[in-house]
Amino acid sequence: MRGIQSWSAYLPYRRLDRTQIAPFVGQGGGKGTRTVASFDEDSTTMGVEAARLALRGRDLVPAQLLFATTFPAYADRTNATAIHAALRLPDTTAAFDLGASVRSSVGALLLALTGGADPALVVAGDVRTGLPGSGEEAASGDAATAFVVGSDATAPVVAELVGSASVTDEFVERWRAPGEQRTKIWDDKFSEISYVPLGVQAWNAALAAAGLTANDVAAAAVVAPSQRVARSVGGKLDGVHVIDDLSQTVGNAAAAQPGLLLAALLEQAEPGQVVALVVLADGADVLLFRATDALGSYRPVRPLAAQLAAGAALPYGKFLAWRGMLPVEPPRRPEPQRVSATAAARSQDWKFGFVGSKERDTGVVHLPPARVSRGGEQIDEMDPVPLADVQGTIVTFTVDRMVYSPSPPVVFAVVDFDGGGRLPVELTDADAGEIEIGQRVEMTFRRLYASDGIVNYFWKGRLVRDG
Amino acid sequence: MGSHGIKDRVAIVGMGCTNFVEHWDKGLDDLVVEAANDAYGSAGIDKDKVDAYWLGTAQGGMSGITLARPLQLENKPVTRVENFCATGSEALRQAAYAVASGAYDVAMALGVEKTKDGGFQGLNAVPPPNDGTGRTLTAAAMFSMVAPAYAAKYGVDADKMREAMAHVAWKNHYNGARNSRAQFRREVSMETICNSPKLAGDLGVFDCAGVADGSAAAIVVRAEDAYDYTDTPIFVKALSFIAGNGSGVTDPSYDYTHFPEIAATAADAYAQAGITDPRRELALAEVHDCFTITELILMEDLGFSDRGAAWRDELDGVYDLDGDLPVNPDGGLKSFGHPVGASGLRMMFEAWLQLRGEAPDDRQLALAKPGGDRNLALTHNLGGYPGEMVSFISILGR
Repeated sequence: MRGIQSWSAYLPYRRLDRTQIAPFVGQGGGKGTRTVASFDEDSTTMGVEAARLALRGRDLVPAQLLFATTFPAYADRTNATAIHAALRLPDTTAAFDLGASVRSSVGALLLALTGGADPALVVAGDVRTGLPGSGEEAASGDAATAFVVGSDATAPVVAELVGSASVTDEFVERWRAPGEQRTKIWDDKFSEISYVPLGVQAWNAALAAAGLTANDVAAAAVVAPSQRVARSVGGKLDGVHVIDDLSQTVGNAAAAQPGLLLAALLEQAEPGQVVALVVLADGADVLLFRATDALGSYRPVRPLAAQLAAGAALPYGKFLAWRGMLPVEPPRRPEPQRVSATAAARSQDWKFGFVGSKERDTGVVHLPPARVSRGGEQIDEMDPVPLADVQGTIVTFTVDRMVYSPSPPVVFAVVDFDGGGRLPVELTDADAGEIEIGQRVEMTFRRLYASDGIVNYFWKGRLVRDG
Repeated sequence: MGSHGIKDRVAIVGMGCTNFVEHWDKGLDDLVVEAANDAYGSAGIDKDKVDAYWLGTAQGGMSGITLARPLQLENKPVTRVENFCATGSEALRQAAYAVASGAYDVAMALGVEKTKDGGFQGLNAVPPPNDGTGRTLTAAAMFSMVAPAYAAKYGVDADKMREAMAHVAWKNHYNGARNSRAQFRREVSMETICNSPKLAGDLGVFDCAGVADGSAAAIVVRAEDAYDYTDTPIFVKALSFIAGNGSGVTDPSYDYTHFPEIAATAADAYAQAGITDPRRELALAEVHDCFTITELILMEDLGFSDRGAAWRDELDGVYDLDGDLPVNPDGGLKSFGHPVGASGLRMMFEAWLQLRGEAPDDRQLALAKPGGDRNLALTHNLGGYPGEMVSFISILGR
């Protein structure tokens, strides 16, 4: 049996109320909210967060990592390697990017479900924007997902792939030149008439492949480039219940959308039920999963439902600034230099894995890792101590309104980690006024800035909140 | 093993100090020439009499050539030193040791910084290439974390804490208004200080030192030669310096209410000079008031106030110009300005003036001048951040 062993979605903390858009721009917007990646997040960092949640507390060591996004942080070099490093996967675990198209993520999932890596980790992340006032801006959302896929030889399978089908077609329904932020659309009606037959064809083929009828399917999720296409194709699924597409809460998260709706399907599924993921992107892919008995005892670390209920509002002006649509005057301080590639390579376990060192005799923890003990008596008598999943407490804090930041001011705290170790570290996903001494903090993988095209990834603290 | 100091083996016999302002019309070379010439003139010598030079500059240029070229020194040993904000003090320390060793008869220590050519606010150091994981906060933000920790530890309510910090700025502006070389030469009301825009934490604009261009210089000779140059030499009683190991930044036992490097330097300096009761033996102290909260903490680390009592002593006027122990009678970094490489020598310049009775009448301390009750001055310089700093103390005396 091959299927999904674990999964997680990751929704960024900020939400944009779409009613803010039209008064500002004079057009666009709509109802509901969309999720917004923080200024210090990109498709890679959100992918790391989703993957950490999918792996946390489970004895799963991926043999292969596949990463899909429509907005990669880098071209030419692999983005999955930063995720690989942040997760501290074995160096023998291959890491590949797929992309940069919406369909790449369901492709990655299918490759893993039908491939030999056991288990494989399939990660998708996307940060979506579009011009101010555009439909793309309002309808999109930012999110990431991670699925651990393998056989029941390595871990219990909670959702078995019982059938799938793909059909492919070539038509320019939407397009975006590499490096640009604006996605253009040909004609909504053209999209609809193109996708409906493709969806129906794949739906029937998948049911046939699984030896099932539509009556056997408890629920379906439809991923489509527009709600018009989603509604039309959803209406052709032989009356199968189509779940909420999260358009009023998250928006369409492009390459992360298939995983997001699959996570929603699985969170609602009962053992024994069959659920269908229908993805319409340059063709159609239909995946049928049967929830196993193991699903009954499976608990997502941070369920999608809880993440949907959490979050905090973001003013539209900040949204525009964060996405580079509204350049804002920076503090009059020097901008950061590019990271030294050689120095970063030497400190990979610290920079990407947040691994300190611990003195063998005394247990004193050093952040960053050190070779010489406190007081200097011993050299190289230390063990690595991974702290990415260890929480800490705020000892003191400040708000720096002068220092350079892509989004000032910088909120900064001295954090003492449970079990030892202290680090003065920047906080994120927090407002300057809500920090207090004694609050609990967890670590999150972020993009501090990019200089000369080199992205500086490192960890920040974030208040522990419900959801 | 031991730190023995060089008490009364070296004397300062000449000093110079430029105005500390935004010298838009002067470059580093102009400032260097001005301070050096003042020092030569003060000692009554020409530059050929100086055997060796130490240049302190944090970012003004590399190598001794930064000084040798503008002064056109011929075949002289010139060493550039850097030790964060204690850079100027470090230059004096090296020059003093060189003379004490017998290697040279006459040495000059000169500190200089041209801060205002960068076009950015505050002080900005360019870090070496690195892995991008180090913190990048401003100094104001790092020091701002001390105020709430101190207030919490000693139960000082927020208004009193604010008032005590503001008093530091008020006092230093009061003193600086009486100093023709100072960057800011006007008194500032407590209300203005308290209501100034916040830069980091509770630190507002008036809680932060001024950033100025400037240079200061001293000429040192062996003590036995001192009276060949002046009737009122100032003798080096103690020189103490520590570079912290940075453990406070990552050690959970550090509580952000004190600076251990300072207390350790103070103990060493007082031992060298034979001081047992600094608050009553010192005529004045020039301390590193980079931020108002810093000066408060220093009063305790230097042993002037008991732990937890500096805020009250400050409000009681103990450190005012007419207080028991005047602190920063020249206005301090707060209103004199802080050209990093020059500040340590600027502090010594104030000690030089006060102990020789040469300060202007409206800030000359009666107990400091010749014939006064006390004959010792302390200068203190720090660089870095809470938990990770360098600390320098000199004791100078007649």
